[in-house]
Amino acid sequence: MSAKKLGLKQRYAHMTRGLDWETSYQPMDKVFPYDSFEGIKIKDWSAWEDPFRLTMDTYWKFQAEKERKLYAVIDAFAQNNGQTGISDGRYANVLKLFLTGISPAEYQAHRGFAFAGRHLRGVGPRVAAQMQSLDELRHLQTQIHTISHYNKHFDGISEFSHMHDRVWYLSVPKSFFDDARSAGPFEYMIAIGFAFEYVLTNLLFVPFMSGAAYNGDMSTVTFGFSAQSDESRHMTLGIEVIKFLLEQHPDNLPIVQKWVDKWFWRGHRVLGLVAMMMDYMLPKPVMSWKEAWEIYYTQAGGALFQDLARYGLRPPKYADIATAEAEHISHQNWAIFYQYTHAAAFHTWIPDAKHMDWLSEKYPNTFDKYYRPRWEMWGRMAKEGKRFYNMALPQLCQTCQIPMGYTEPGDPTTIAFRSSRFRGETYHFCSDGCKDIFDAEPEKFAQSWLPVHQIFQGNCGGATIPDVLNYYRLANGADNLDYVGSPDEKLWNEWQADKLKTAV
Amino acid sequence: MTIQIKTVDMEPKRQTFGHVARRIGEGKSATRYQEGTFDVQPTTNFHYKPLYEPEYWTYDPRKTRVVMEDWYKPLDPRQYYYATYNISRATMNQAVERNFTFAEERALADKMSPAARKQIETYLLPLRHLHWGANMNMTEITQRGYGTAITAPAIFSAGDHLGMAQIISRIGLLLDGQTGVSLDLAKEVWINDPAWQGIRKLTEDSFVERDWFHLFVIQTLAINGVIFDLIYKMGDAGWADAQMTIALLTEFMSDWRSDESRWSDAVIKTVAAESEANRALISQWASTCIGAAVEATRPLSAAFLGDGGAGAEMAGEATAKRARGLGLTL
Repeated sequence: MSAKKLGLKQRYAHMTRGLDWETSYQPMDKVFPYDSFEGIKIKDWSAWEDPFRLTMDTYWKFQAEKERKLYAVIDAFAQNNGQTGISDGRYANVLKLFLTGISPAEYQAHRGFAFAGRHLRGVGPRVAAQMQSLDELRHLQTQIHTISHYNKHFDGISEFSHMHDRVWYLSVPKSFFDDARSAGPFEYMIAIGFAFEYVLTNLLFVPFMSGAAYNGDMSTVTFGFSAQSDESRHMTLGIEVIKFLLEQHPDNLPIVQKWVDKWFWRGHRVLGLVAMMMDYMLPKPVMSWKEAWEIYYTQAGGALFQDLARYGLRPPKYADIATAEAEHISHQNWAIFYQYTHAAAFHTWIPDAKHMDWLSEKYPNTFDKYYRPRWEMWGRMAKEGKRFYNMALPQLCQTCQIPMGYTEPGDPTTIAFRSSRFRGETYHFCSDGCKDIFDAEPEKFAQSWLPVHQIFQGNCGGATIPDVLNYYRLANGADNLDYVGSPDEKLWNEWQADKLKTAV
Repeated sequence: MTIQIKTVDMEPKRQTFGHVARRIGEGKSATRYQEGTFDVQPTTNFHYKPLYEPEYWTYDPRKTRVVMEDWYKPLDPRQYYYATYNISRATMNQAVERNFTFAEERALADKMSPAARKQIETYLLPLRHLHWGANMNMTEITQRGYGTAITAPAIFSAGDHLGMAQIISRIGLLLDGQTGVSLDLAKEVWINDPAWQGIRKLTEDSFVERDWFHLFVIQTLAINGVIFDLIYKMGDAGWADAQMTIALLTEFMSDWRSDESRWSDAVIKTVAAESEANRALISQWASTCIGAAVEATRPLSAAFLGDGGAGAEMAGEATAKRARGLGLTL
């Protein structure tokens, strides 16, 4: 009897799952101690379909090739002072938000996928998660290297790592990833692999990279192109994970549904920062947040959840509220940062007349009615020397940690407040979505390290703003406040003047 | 003769990130390794205790008993960041491709004696499971460890072990005419052959080690030093007439071993040098796990090399000598 030559699929199985064995000197439950407490039931790990069949030799080859090209561009960008060719000095603030808020999340994803890559019992998903762990480390490091050159010239970038652990608004993405990292491996895979990398990635990755393309940032956009094939691998893994869990056992459905609801809303809140970036921070806007939400969530997400309906999964709870919020969220967020500009590590500004007209066009239902009047009023106040700063520390939502500035669904002139009682204390929320998340896991969310509470408790360097800025390593007068009058603006104007001189 | 292109010099405000400058000195330009490694792991103000291990934070220096004032002291002498790691491995892998093509073109597998083939099937192919075990351990160190200086090279090492498990698998497929029969047999050997059971037990015991730096010592010092070195470095005689073929097809492994040990030795040396307490603890760990690895490997050495276990002893002695060179007292 002669055995048959292997097909590609069986060959890949030998290269991955064939390596594993059932342990007998130590019980499997001790070797994999974390994959049962979440209640997910897996009948047959071997039913896992490998979403891509990548062996390490091919991985090294592809990735090395991409890295060679990317670093050649990064070097050329620095050598030719590419930072002087961006659309406007304001654009650098997008990179500040990205490196302080998003890149550290790539790091957390790297460590989180290593956790899943070690502790999921099935070999197929474990190998895929390990490759994603490597990829996420790549994204962190290439983003640092891409933005490193900007850091040499612009303020607000230099202390990104220190700030991520401390600054008030950076606790929004940090707590999001801390939440996923402190969950079990299955919830992690749904939170980051599915909800974040599949459902929401086009609303995070794409806006930043398209923003870079539109605004002359060749360095960052090259990173974006280079990471695209990694991202599509991550998306395939995310969709495979959710299908696998739903196919394995009907008891998994309510657990997975709860996670989809939770992580959709958590993700939506983090993406509010992206919304503000797209609508207000890009000197040359790509599209409005509302348009992006329509294309990437309402349409693409709609099709996705239609596809998943056969497993009994329904679209995330409060998706309708999130869609309605797309009319408001960027305006409300930028207003928060405008008021607290003294405590933010990027610059703010009032949109100019042309930009406001663009916002009117993109938001015909809301901008002129609710938001333009406020910007015009703040503009007049600034002209009169009474630039508006909010010097009171805001109440934060216990779950998403964003200042409680969002409005009631259907009533954009009333701030939304929700609260819950737990162990004799009252906890406050910005929305029903955030309240539900707390109510489902109050022991977890009662622990939140809320920046404002921490300041009041004396854990952030002291009681005054200079004390806190010092604790943040935020250089007062350079990293914070309005773009107009900032050292960034001065430098940018000098570069522009130099260009004119050279042209003459 | 040189030519010089005139470029516009723009005076930068700063040379690198604040946390990097505080380590290398203000006004100095940093390497990509430094910028991509230093202080990128969160260290404070965590929000939630892990549901699965509430006694620790997600990133917590207490997950090992060794104590470092600064976990960015044990740096990687190779200065790998993602790009340089992948470029290095892609280059090493070009040799693998050439060697496999050479072996296929010359039909080296068909020219082996049955005895040599039997040796490879029994003593080389099961190593893919040991590499997979090493992959699990290095991934565990990545997720559980503290400080990117160690955890980033650890995921590179995990990738290396998966890659090497796959190279061994390809050797099996070369031998069995791409049917996978030899790999199924090798797994049987790994699970049941008495010569391998000590090693399998050692591996499974390492899977449940909760102290990640202890695991680092077990894997990089004892398992790499005793078992992998016995087979890849000291096992030439065991392959009979296939000696050259195996040397050719495992070239990656010998390149990897000298590359990785530069890093793992430097890590152990630096952490041991931090304090007498660290040195004592790591010495005790090393002594125990090298001893356990020698015991576990003795039956394999006896069966593979027919040496009554002397090869395992020699590998153990070489490892102990290496450990002493790192400042440990054994």
